[in-house]
Amino acid sequence: MADHKPGFFTRWFMSTNHKDIGTLYIIFSIVAALFGGWFSMMMRHELADPGLQLAADGQEWNVWITAHGLIMVFFVVMPGLIGGFGNWFVPLMIGAPDMAFPRLNNISFWLIIPAFLLLVASAFIGSGAGTGWTVYPPLSAKLGHPGMSVDLAIFSLHLAGASSILGAANFITTIFNMRAPGMTLHKMPLFVWAMLITSFLLVLSLPVLGGAITMLLTDRNFGTSFFDPAGGGDPILYQHLFWFFGHPEVYIMILPAFGIVSHIIATFSKKPVFGYLGMAYAMVAIGFVGFVVWAHHMYTSGISVNTQAYFTAATLIIAVPTGIKIFSWIATMWGGSLSFPTPMLWSLGFIFLFTVGGVTGVVLANAGMDTSLHDTYYVVAHFHYVLSLGAVFALFAGFYYWIGKISGRQYPEFMGKVHFFITFIGVNLVFFPQHFLGLAGMPRHYVDYPAPIPPEHLQGMLVNPIEKIQWIAAQDYGYHLWNYVSTLGAYMSGFSVLVFLGIVFYTLFFGRKVGANYWNATPETMTFEWTLSSPPPFHQFEIQPTVK
Amino acid sequence: MKKTHFWITTLFMSLFVLVSSISSALADISNVAKPTQLGLQDAASPQMERISWFHDTLLMWIITLIVIFVTALLIYVCIRYRAKRNPEASKTTHNVVLEILWTAIPVIILIIIAIPSFKMLYYLDRVEEPEMTIKVTGYQWYWGYEYQDHEGVEFLSYMIPDEEIDESQGQIRLLSTDNPVVLPIDTNIQILITSADVIHAFTIPAFGFKKDAVPGRMNETWVRIDKPGIYYGQCSQICGIKHAYMPIEVHAVTKQEFEQWTVEAKAKFALNNQQLPYETAFNSIGAH
Repeated sequence: MADHKPGFFTRWFMSTNHKDIGTLYIIFSIVAALFGGWFSMMMRHELADPGLQLAADGQEWNVWITAHGLIMVFFVVMPGLIGGFGNWFVPLMIGAPDMAFPRLNNISFWLIIPAFLLLVASAFIGSGAGTGWTVYPPLSAKLGHPGMSVDLAIFSLHLAGASSILGAANFITTIFNMRAPGMTLHKMPLFVWAMLITSFLLVLSLPVLGGAITMLLTDRNFGTSFFDPAGGGDPILYQHLFWFFGHPEVYIMILPAFGIVSHIIATFSKKPVFGYLGMAYAMVAIGFVGFVVWAHHMYTSGISVNTQAYFTAATLIIAVPTGIKIFSWIATMWGGSLSFPTPMLWSLGFIFLFTVGGVTGVVLANAGMDTSLHDTYYVVAHFHYVLSLGAVFALFAGFYYWIGKISGRQYPEFMGKVHFFITFIGVNLVFFPQHFLGLAGMPRHYVDYPAPIPPEHLQGMLVNPIEKIQWIAAQDYGYHLWNYVSTLGAYMSGFSVLVFLGIVFYTLFFGRKVGANYWNATPETMTFEWTLSSPPPFHQFEIQPTVK
Repeated sequence: MKKTHFWITTLFMSLFVLVSSISSALADISNVAKPTQLGLQDAASPQMERISWFHDTLLMWIITLIVIFVTALLIYVCIRYRAKRNPEASKTTHNVVLEILWTAIPVIILIIIAIPSFKMLYYLDRVEEPEMTIKVTGYQWYWGYEYQDHEGVEFLSYMIPDEEIDESQGQIRLLSTDNPVVLPIDTNIQILITSADVIHAFTIPAFGFKKDAVPGRMNETWVRIDKPGIYYGQCSQICGIKHAYMPIEVHAVTKQEFEQWTVEAKAKFALNNQQLPYETAFNSIGAH
């Protein structure tokens, strides 16, 4: 017996096995998503009607949005895509027995737990950190947040950042040194390419965030004034530093998604990815250009008009490699022999939603246009289309694609499709109307909005929606209608989460057992993980595979 | 409702059986977003006219066509190349002409967008010779206004708290203020923006400007208002507990009316020179 599985505690709490650590990351990501999702449900419930429903005041609201944003970015999407699927499938796909540094891998995971606890603590201690996920000073300085909440949030980001940097160093080393003989960089699966580029983005951008929040920490506690104009500092400096990290960060979240979707499209088209090199280098280009567009988040901050012009041009350019990817996916399917199991549906959904989010990104890239749209719901709609509907759709696509490989048991196909359609309709209902709100001028981060208060019998959610919509639409002014529709969509999306949890439970306990290559990947689309049993042995590739 | 949003309108109208109302009984709310509104607010300045043109006439068409094109392609391949109809997958993985085309065509589209975009950006930036200047200061959570060409005209402007809203006066919850900003129409107005505490952002959607109020900095923008009326804006940079409760209300009047107002304002605001913070408003917004 080749499997030398250690005992329960040693296996799960002192793990050095990339698959077990990947599983821990996936479980963590799902748990954190329930927290982050709970905050979003409270937010949408609050905005269903004008006036205050749930939040005691604006600070409580600000704490929700901050917690929601930070949880979703640092504790759901990143651990899910990078820690979860990255850990599981990078070694498998390159034919390696494990990651290069198994113990480093372990500490990467165990740093993220205290990071998450610190973040949750920051929301519940004192008046909470109500700064938005960008943590801009002076609002995040002592002036705006005198308590200790922001300090806790900063420590949380420090730990999460350290965890990601260590993980990224591990991936880079693994990918550069442990590929099967014959697997040159130009033969590497696209998901591995995506993880390699993502890792470089992490290593290059996170230290800048670390620096910025450390300066903020010393501003808050040790009398420095990096960002305080009264001491010669500048709040805009923080914004530059933050977005020098923050913009690559959004590509960190989406590049692994690109990788996953590429494999799924190829597998279910029974065709290799169209324009493989173009796909790989489009991701390199996106990663590179992603570092020189950061100030498009700061068009209204007072940066000079020439700077705005430069960032407009640079940002528009990103549409080119992104377009290449979209068209290459479609070209992959062109001439293929397409089947549509659940992971393929999520991938198709991803392409459509990412296109919608992409074109609104082109709108926002124009500094002049951004004058109207900056800090409105249009921006909220845009980045949720690319992240909440893009990255998260890829998370689900990857889950359905690989859960058989991970657990050895297959999900129920019909329920998987039901989950997809409920989610697809739900999230579009949430976010598409937010474009209208943004164009009409509704600002972000608002706990309340101008609109006539509905009569008693139409308040809340337990009313006839048609009657309520008719009443709202008949009013003279206000942002009520699309907020209400958005909230209806949120309830639908919330329900889809319950469906998903049911599917997870069913799969793990009652799912049909599957063999090595349960998607019948053809030799053209084959990657190494399909050559192993499902689940793979505890130590895989005892005989090193080779690539011709 | 903008005609370029017709298709979206049709879609959502059919979905929700909307009863639209085009009543504008009170003049005050004509410049506030309507519940069924799908597009930008109506322009009241040359700035916003350009933004509206850029969005409605250029960008909206381009992005709608791209989404329709990609969606149509997706639907086509899903039907045409489904396994039942096409059991044997082709082996094509390259097509140099195609790859060059889908790199070059987006570049051309981007250039078509970029040229008017840059023109507009530089137009929006600042005005060479302003006819008057107003300095705006953001505070937690109210705005201060100083008319730099009219000595003594300076005041603070707070949101009117919910329980004092008088709808018969055309006041709107969360938008109306105790001291609206009065500005003349047909005048190049330079706007200087700063903050006394955290970052805020000063904007009026119908005027097409938005600038952050940053402590330690003096940001600049400008506006030329087309027609008299009441216009509203809201703070657009998260600034703390009452971020949603520091609106901007502008009364745009003719030049004569404006001159008259400055005289009255000088007298009015001289009386309460050391204007006390509007404590009642300050403490009664929202539940605690």
